[in-house]
Amino acid sequence: MNIIHVEKLKKSFGEIKAVKEVSFDVKEGEIFGLLGPNGAGKSTIIKILVTILRKDGGTATINNFDVEKEQNKVRKSVGIIFQDPSLDERLTAWENLYFHSKFYHIPSKEIKNRINHALDLVDLSDRKKEIVINFSGGMKRRLEIARGIIHTPKVLFLDEPTIGLDPQTRKYIWQYLVDLRDKQKLTMLLTTHYMEEAEICDRIAIMDNGNIIALDTPENLKSSIQNDLIILTTDNNLEFSMLVKEKFNIEPMLDDGVLEIPVNNGKTFLPKLFEMAGSRILSADIKKPSLEDAFINLTGKKIREEEASSKDKLRDSVKRRRRT
Amino acid sequence: MITVVLDSITIAKRDIIRSFRQKSQLYGSIVRPVIWLFILGTGLRGSFTAPEGFTYTQYIFPGLIVMNILFASIMSGTTIIWDREFGFLKEIMVAPMSRISIVFGKTLSGSIIATLQGIIVLVFFPLVGLHLSIMQIILTILGMFIIALSITSLGIMMAARMTSFEGFGTINNFVVMPLFFLSGSLYPIDRVPAWLKPFIYVNPVTYAVNLLRGIDLKIKTSYLTDIGVIIIFALIILSITTYLFVSDRK
Repeated sequence: MNIIHVEKLKKSFGEIKAVKEVSFDVKEGEIFGLLGPNGAGKSTIIKILVTILRKDGGTATINNFDVEKEQNKVRKSVGIIFQDPSLDERLTAWENLYFHSKFYHIPSKEIKNRINHALDLVDLSDRKKEIVINFSGGMKRRLEIARGIIHTPKVLFLDEPTIGLDPQTRKYIWQYLVDLRDKQKLTMLLTTHYMEEAEICDRIAIMDNGNIIALDTPENLKSSIQNDLIILTTDNNLEFSMLVKEKFNIEPMLDDGVLEIPVNNGKTFLPKLFEMAGSRILSADIKKPSLEDAFINLTGKKIREEEASSKDKLRDSVKRRRRT
Repeated sequence: MITVVLDSITIAKRDIIRSFRQKSQLYGSIVRPVIWLFILGTGLRGSFTAPEGFTYTQYIFPGLIVMNILFASIMSGTTIIWDREFGFLKEIMVAPMSRISIVFGKTLSGSIIATLQGIIVLVFFPLVGLHLSIMQIILTILGMFIIALSITSLGIMMAARMTSFEGFGTINNFVVMPLFFLSGSLYPIDRVPAWLKPFIYVNPVTYAVNLLRGIDLKIKTSYLTDIGVIIIFALIILSITTYLFVSDRK
């Protein structure tokens, strides 16, 4: 059964076409990822699906409810972890969950149990009486996850759920989410910038310029790039690359002191190179294609390159000036 | 309909819990009227004269109650900007509640808090030499609540589409100050130059001050006009605010 159905969805902001006739379906219990650079249209799609943005055309249903005509039913069917924090930091953890339960019309006698259960799931039971302002970034995110599921939604939307968190906390958050899916059969639709996080998705839609340009499992996306990359250092990279070109008709790439040779199967090709000129090879490595490579292959750009904040840019330029 | 009422109460409850945790606002609301009462009340006494039978401090006392309500009510508008800035407004906007409940809830909490701040001034009445009966006190509090209701709706309307505190501060000064000084709260209206009078008569705060003066000082006024103007003003502003929230989806 398709819990999310999107067909020819369109949305423009003035002249800019943010989403151009996008269609996809998400099955119940699936973790579905939207991957793409900033401005690709991911957040716009999420906002339309959770009814806070009006669509220009096409249809979208969640749990068989139309996002335009049955807004309140859609709202009851979804939980949302926003990109930016949205907790009331002056309230306690418990109060945040209490008011959320009230907003979603959970029967009064069930509220206490549900809150305790949700707090248990994200390991925050012993902090429930604390004011949220004192929580760490990771704890706030966990509380938001607890809040997102307390009204037992069918679909959980997560817009960059781990942005701004340190790698260890990110790992924990994903553990909680995968656990949740397994325990509660929750469907999840998420966006992320981190490739390794996209790997946990059952299927990924890669977006660019308001279009879905690829939709498949992470494995299939990766194997769509056929090549392994053999990475060599040799006694003379330039000479060696000419040898390879002559013998195998492959153009190696010289990159930062190493030689990169794209081949169909690295494991079987590497011995051939040793056979040719083994004594000249100093080190060898085989790199399997990553999701990132698939992404670059499809969109022609790295996912994170447009994302450098002004602060990063400033820091980079300062570094550069110091070096010269 | 019942859901709308219950949702509004939930939203109001949250605001009230929050505001009781914010002590500075409470202290401000105690200190402000004290300053006005005892410094300005005595300082301005020479320049203004109150109508026969009242000291100047007694005469401006209902105006100072209204002033505290005015400040608190407009401040409650900032809670929406605050919620928007810190993301909580999104949590409310995606919940399965009608937009009307959001507007009502915010108005309700703002009115209750503003009424409480009015009561903080009211308790000073023996100090200015007023003798109020229990009935007068009850009527004053009811009056204060409808005044708070109308001005809170104004504050929320102003904040409905605003994204920064700075913008609100500016409007605050251009709205709150004129509303207060053009209300006759510090001087009798009949001594004002004719060109200024229209401004005073379109100002809902004027009727608020008249209402409380009627109840507490027994200065003759038309209660029907006062209450009518305050409530009609509230209804108009509330409808506009609700419209602003309903049409917030782009």
